[in-house]
Amino acid sequence: MTIQGWGEIALTLGLSVLIGWPLGIYLSRVWNGERTWLDPVLRPVEGVFYKASGVDPTRSQGWLGYAGALLAFNLVGFLALYALLRLQGGLPLNPQGFGGLSPHLAFNTAVSFVTNTNWQSYGGETTMSTLTQMAGLTVQNFLSAATGAAIAAALARAFVANRGEGVGNFWADMTRTTLYLLLPASLILALVLAGLGVVQSLSASVAAMGMEGGQQTLSLFPTASQLAIKQLGVNGGGIFNVNSAHPFENPSALTNLITAISINVLGWAAFFAFGRSVLAKKDVRALVVAAFVLLAACAAGLYAAESQPAPALVAAGIQQPVNMEGKEVRFGVPSSVAWAVQTTGASNGSVNSMHASYMPLSGGLQMFLMQLGEILPGGIGSGLAIMVVMAMLAVFVAGLMVGRTPEYLGKKIEAREIQFAMVAVLVLPLAILGFGAVAAVFPTALAGLLNPGPHGLSEILYAYTSAAANNGSAFAGLTANAPWWNTTLGLGMLLGRFAPAVAVLAIAGSLVAKPKLAPSAGTLPTHGPLFVGLLIGVILILGGLQFFPALALGPIVEHFQMLAGPAGV
Amino acid sequence: MLRSIRPAIVMVALFTLLLGLAYPLAVTGVAQAVFPDQANGSLIRNADGQVIGSALIGQPFAGAAYLHPRPSAAGDGYDAAGSSGSNLGPLNADLAARVAEEARNIRAEDGPGAIAADAVTASASGLDPDISPAYARLQAARIAAARGVPVQEVQNVIDQHTDGALLGFIGQPHVNVLLTNRALDARVPAS
Repeated sequence: MTIQGWGEIALTLGLSVLIGWPLGIYLSRVWNGERTWLDPVLRPVEGVFYKASGVDPTRSQGWLGYAGALLAFNLVGFLALYALLRLQGGLPLNPQGFGGLSPHLAFNTAVSFVTNTNWQSYGGETTMSTLTQMAGLTVQNFLSAATGAAIAAALARAFVANRGEGVGNFWADMTRTTLYLLLPASLILALVLAGLGVVQSLSASVAAMGMEGGQQTLSLFPTASQLAIKQLGVNGGGIFNVNSAHPFENPSALTNLITAISINVLGWAAFFAFGRSVLAKKDVRALVVAAFVLLAACAAGLYAAESQPAPALVAAGIQQPVNMEGKEVRFGVPSSVAWAVQTTGASNGSVNSMHASYMPLSGGLQMFLMQLGEILPGGIGSGLAIMVVMAMLAVFVAGLMVGRTPEYLGKKIEAREIQFAMVAVLVLPLAILGFGAVAAVFPTALAGLLNPGPHGLSEILYAYTSAAANNGSAFAGLTANAPWWNTTLGLGMLLGRFAPAVAVLAIAGSLVAKPKLAPSAGTLPTHGPLFVGLLIGVILILGGLQFFPALALGPIVEHFQMLAGPAGV
Repeated sequence: MLRSIRPAIVMVALFTLLLGLAYPLAVTGVAQAVFPDQANGSLIRNADGQVIGSALIGQPFAGAAYLHPRPSAAGDGYDAAGSSGSNLGPLNADLAARVAEEARNIRAEDGPGAIAADAVTASASGLDPDISPAYARLQAARIAAARGVPVQEVQNVIDQHTDGALLGFIGQPHVNVLLTNRALDARVPAS
């Protein structure tokens, strides 16, 4: 560990919050339909979208209508992407000449991109045509992010309303978030990255004759345009097999810093947007502090764990046995750790280093970050929504202790809200531990593992954690492109995405009808250090304890194996 | 939900046109016009205009007169149409065996000096264009002997192609293998 390394990690984490702040204020204006400086260009475009689809953007929907629109939109998006993946062999813009995908891979991939997971059971440069990358994957990178943001917009309205009815219009929230925020931000970022060396080409590849005479085929893609929204939309599905470790997707320390920061910028922005919309800036500041404290603690733990001597290198007599397996020289350990924390704290899942080759406790911390529910800060809006659910559970626990009906942001939190809140937070362990337990004893599933022993269990656990938490990163030793894995991981992603989404919208529907209360002497303040501590406690108990036994059998036992003896167990 | 099917279909279709065609094609157009070199892969050509590789992508070197890159898990090594890491866990016996073998080979070629960690480990992409300055330094004597020149001359070329960390703390110092080898051929021709 070095001062420089700590500095780089702190800079990456800190700048994403700082840049997220003004963008959050802007996002709040977009949700509220206020004037923005892009109006002259985008208002007409927005109007065309509503007109063509027969939508009245001013009509506020009840929570069921809102959820129905959200599900219909995602269903159609899934079907369109599935068809594209199956049929790509016969479609244009396929200079690579790739055929269509198998049904289970197409199912997995379509679900993966629609649910904002972006798990890759495939190697991008060996599977996906240029048309698929652009018109399929890039599109869902935008739309799944906008879907997540819409959930937060609806939740914000529920807290604002005083005996209201509707939670807003899904079509307007989704369209406005895409047009006013995601598209312009991606356009700028894509051009910056292209200037810094990220490729952007419609050709399939270039042939090179190496200096020692070997032939090399360099795969190209329209990479910068997808990379920008992959990061900003907290998606994470790379153009290439190795994602942002690929030098064409992440050529330098500078592109690495920019893209690592952009993973979490809009996730934090959703927090600040919620705070401005609900007029609860102090309370949201407490949520940001709680999330940041947890994220920073995990970052420190990960950096410390990853700076331990690597057993295989010690055994071979390497003097400075830094764990460089699965890491790029231009990044080294600190840049890799900073990225790993950003990508697993959010529901991003892009990688600039191979998580499978991290030290045992580092891999465990990556899983732990995802298992907390992808709320540090999570996907745009989807992370904030679950964080608000955690805050509601925290005031509920406090209310039980003092015997008062809890309130949060001026709304009474009662049985109905808590029931849906439990659905939202319990789906994750159900999907992860349920599927994981079956896979651990099912021979067909076990055939996909690369590493033996506890690291093999970690591959299973990581895969279902990543899928259900809609992260998408992997212990990539797992050969996931097989019917069992593609199907069950796909189901895990669907559960992990839509069950919490509907539960949060149900909470919004319940809250919107309640009167907005002024704080009284008996109201638990939800902006001070006491509440931050309580919230962190609830998050750790819910996220941490549920998964501790499983983690103990994977990364933790592997850590003790490492301490116990020479490499090569 | 049924009432929402029509708007869903229209919205997905319109957004596919905007985000799936107009947006990437606009970025491609601007990038190809303003940054054609970067957008097409930062290609390196020899004197005849033949593409010999990309400044960003590593390629295999085995000759004694060249800087050697890191081990690669992409295809048979540096397959730029199939990027991959090894994905071996830290305690995997295969990893320990591979690292030990790489270390033996390096000691046989470059002598008993300290071996840097990157020299015996596979990168994340399998296409890492760089090695650490320490690994480059270890190889300088072998390259100088093969080319029949003083070690310092080779080290000078390496130093010229060493990039420090950005602002001193972002990323790590690194030596680009392909660019260094090209410069070696140009400045210190093998005798």
